[in-house]
This record gives sequence, structure tokens and C-alpha cells, in this order.
Amino acid sequence: MTSPASTPAIVATGLRKSFGDKVVLDGIDLEVGAGTTFSLLGPNGAGKTTTVQIMSTLVHADGGQVRVAGHDVVRDPAAVRAAIGVTGQFSAVDSLLTGEENLLLMADLHHLGRAEGRRRAAALLDQFDLADAARKTTMTYSGGMKRRLDLAMTLIGDPRIIFLDEPTTGLDPRSRRMMWQIIRELVAGGVTIFLTTQQLDEADELADRIAVLDHGKVVAEGSPEELKRSIPGAHVRLHFADAAGLDAAARALGDAFRHDDALTLEVPSDGGAIAVRELLNRLGDTAARVDEVSVHTPDLDDVFFALTGRPTTETTPEMENAR
Amino acid sequence: MTTLTLAVQDSATMTRRSLRHVLRYPVTLVVAVAVPVLLLLLFVGVFGALKSSLGAHASYIDYVMPGIIAMTAGYGSSVTAQAVNRDSTEGIIARFRTMAISPTSMLNGYIVSALARTLVSAALVIAVSIGLGYRPTADAGRWLAAAGVIILLVLALTWLAVPFGLAAKTAEGLTGFVLIVQLLPFISSAFVPTGQMSGSVRWFAEHEPFTPVIDTLRGLLTGGPIGSNGITAVAWCAGLALAGYVWARVLSRRDINR
Repeated sequence: MTSPASTPAIVATGLRKSFGDKVVLDGIDLEVGAGTTFSLLGPNGAGKTTTVQIMSTLVHADGGQVRVAGHDVVRDPAAVRAAIGVTGQFSAVDSLLTGEENLLLMADLHHLGRAEGRRRAAALLDQFDLADAARKTTMTYSGGMKRRLDLAMTLIGDPRIIFLDEPTTGLDPRSRRMMWQIIRELVAGGVTIFLTTQQLDEADELADRIAVLDHGKVVAEGSPEELKRSIPGAHVRLHFADAAGLDAAARALGDAFRHDDALTLEVPSDGGAIAVRELLNRLGDTAARVDEVSVHTPDLDDVFFALTGRPTTETTPEMENAR
Repeated sequence: MTTLTLAVQDSATMTRRSLRHVLRYPVTLVVAVAVPVLLLLLFVGVFGALKSSLGAHASYIDYVMPGIIAMTAGYGSSVTAQAVNRDSTEGIIARFRTMAISPTSMLNGYIVSALARTLVSAALVIAVSIGLGYRPTADAGRWLAAAGVIILLVLALTWLAVPFGLAAKTAEGLTGFVLIVQLLPFISSAFVPTGQMSGSVRWFAEHEPFTPVIDTLRGLLTGGPIGSNGITAVAWCAGLALAGYVWARVLSRRDINR
């Protein structure tokens, strides 16, 4: 966990960036403690990729300051690059080379020496379950395999600070779990992780601290617990056959949120089987006929709705896609 | 290790990577040789009858070969532009740029491997042409000079290909560059002396960079006057190479493509 005493791995102050007249980052302040996992959470177009690109020296900010591993990204990009590893949203592997050749290429660029490079490449291929495909060109790899190779290529240089830009987007559940496990192991080894994600559960699972980014602004920051306390809990949604049923149920249940147009009631609840049965029992005494019951647990949409007063879908998805 | 040895080492790593691409997909090299050879066969077959109008050149193949060599270089640079563009759109260049490698090493890798690949194709094309009846009369010194001119041309075209490849957001965005380097030799002294052209085409052919390069090569390989063509060819190549180098340096430090 972050403690005030530890030297921060990343400090950003007043970060601003526009592309044309489109403001992507509108004054961002972030601090990431060394050896912690920090998650930047937000929808497409919130500015997550741009933040990573600025911190990893790929894009120049219009304003503000970033220090990574104690070095200013503008004044001393070489020192920053020597300390970081970056795995982007789209796998940056050489598709004409084999998995092993990709790793050896990275080893050579890190000047590891032939024997050490081979040793680390073999270890990573094993660790990332790629040993069988090591001699195939990465063109033949699945999305999950490419992503794992991409991360292995980042790790071969043993970076102390790793940027992971949506590392599990588009992965199947098994690959996603595997990626999470790898990230946990890295953190256990003392590495600092800067993770961007669109998924609350991912941030919840991995991060010590989460910053919620929306339209280029940090709208909330805190530990996963702090953040979840700030958003509405789970609820049960009841859909009724007619308005009379809705009225009757609303009278019976009291503290429910009603949508007259949709003929639904949202009742705060933990969503468990006992709570749902109890709820339906209470309605059994009334004339209300329930057509459909659905249980809704908090997700990013809820966080967004709670923090910004509107759903995530309003943001523009095209902003972060191109690279 | 000093910065310089590291830069040399990184350049070598980058060059090895690009050469490995060529060896893995030798079809690139086959096409790079086959296209100029087919053009050679086509032109010798179609225009061979024009030899009376070509002055000192006894056979048309002797006249046309320097142009074919220039086209080999042109084709080679379009391959380079596509390779650079693939790296750029695939994101591997972004990866390199987050690593502690000098941007120059990355560019050097492209240049050295492209030079090697294109010189090998040019040598193969010349070998085939000799089989088809090409009879250069150059001595060792003139061959060396011709090789120098070819290297200069390839360097110039490659230094242009790299920034075009970096700047294009998609492979389709390269169409302009590919068309220019592949078509420009056609409107030059490659196949017909510019003196036999008329109007604006003649003016263009006389002033475009391929003409002095081709005329210089022809003078070196099969005799005939070179005159001021030599200096013009070198000036064009040096100018284009410098422009491409400066542009590539700017692009390799600028924000990555979005």
C-alpha cells in the first residue's frame, strides 16, 4: 500500500493534452507509490492511453510535469525509458519473427549478453505458457498468446515500473485470470504497476489505489474500498406487468426507486438468494404481478453514474482507439 | 560501454532483425529481382527494334540496363517503406521508443538492411541481364564507380522511404510514394533518350533525378559521355538522402502516430 514515506514511482502534476481542439487531458494530478499497483479506471476516450503515452515518453504533454522513477519525462527521457516497461492495448510484437526471436531481440536491445538473454527468454516462455509455440511466427498466435508474449517482452529487461494499458481487453476469461496472476507475481517482486482498465472488477482485484478518469479529469481517487463505498450498492430490479402492479409494489416496499415508463422498481439489496426470496415474499401479499426479476451488482457504469451523474456511453470511443 | 558502442550494437541488432524478415520471406527478394527482369525482357523485346536511333549503343539491352538497375533500386525502396510502415502500424516502433535505444539505431537498422537487400537484388538482376546478352565494357575502376552511384541512389531512396513509411497511417497511405519511385524511372532517359521526347515530358525527363543517375551509370558501364551528369546525380542523391534523413529524425522524435 502507498505510504507517505515511500518515494513515489510516478508523480504527475497538472497534466494537460489536447489533440487539435479536443481536450484529452484536462489537468491531471497523480501519485503512484513505489512497489504499489495503481489503476487508472475509465471508459474509452477518457484519456487513459494518452496518460500512459505521456508517462512512457511517447507523447509530449501540452502542460504539466511528469516524473517517472525520479526523472522528468521531457528533460531526461532516456533515464525514464531505462526504468520502465510498457505493454500497450494492442500487442506490439514483431509478427514476422517467432516468439523466441521476439524475446531475444528485446534481450539484445537490453544488452543482456547472449547466454543471459537465452536463459531469460527460455524462462519467460515457460512462465507464460508459450514454450510450445516458441519457434512459430507470432502471426500464428492467438490474441491471448500475443498479449502474453508482449508482456514477456516487457519483462525481459527487468523494469522496475511497468505500464499496462488495458492488458486484458479482448482476452477470454482464462487468459484474463492468467494475466492477473502474472501481475500479482510482479507486484510481489516489488515492481510498480500502472494499470489502465475499463473494468471495475479488474481494478478492484489488482489495485492498491484507483483513480477514476472521465473526460480528461480525475473524478475520484482512493482505495477500492473507499471507492466502492462512494457508489450505490447492489439492487434488485423488478419489472411489472402493469402500472397498478408497480403502484402496489412501490407502496409495499417503500424505499425503492421507481421508473414509471419502464414499469420497473429498483430495490437496494445485496442481491443474495435469501434477500431476493424475502423481497418476493413481501410482494406475494400484494396484487402486484412481477414479470421479471434481475439482480444488478455495481459496475463501472454505476461508478460513473454516481460520480458524474451520467452513464459511460456518452463519452466518445474513437478517441483512444487509434495508435 | 560507451554511448557510441551501444549505438553501433543497437544498430546491428536492428539490422539483423530486418534482414531476418527478408530471409524468412525470401519471396520479397524473388519479386524484387523478378519485376526488373520482366521489365527488362519486355522492353528489350518491344523496343529492341529501335536500336538504330540509340547512337553508340549497339544493342538495346546495353542502353536499357542502367534504367532497369535504377528501377530495382526504386522497387527496393518501396519495399522498405512498406516494412517501416508495418512496424509503425503494428506498434513495435512505439515499443522501441519506450526503450533506452537511440532513435538513430532504429533508423540505421532500416537503412543498412535495405541497402544490403537492394544491392543483392541489383547484383542478381545484373547477373541475369548478362545471361540475356548485356555486355558492359567497364573496367574494374568504372565498375567500382558504378557501384558507388548505385549505393548512393539506394541510400537516397531508402532515406526517403523511411520517413514516408513512418508518416503514413496505413499501408494505403504509401501509394503515392510507391507510385513515384516506381514510375519516375519510366519518364526518364531509362528507355528512350530524352532528346527524342517532346514538350513538357522532355523537360520533365531532363530534370528529374533518375535521368542523371541513369546516364551516369550508362556512361560508366558501357562507355559514352557522362559530362555534368555525374555531379548532378551525386547532388540529387545527396540532397534527397539529406532531406529524408532530416525528416526521419524529426518523425522519430515527434509524438507517435495516433
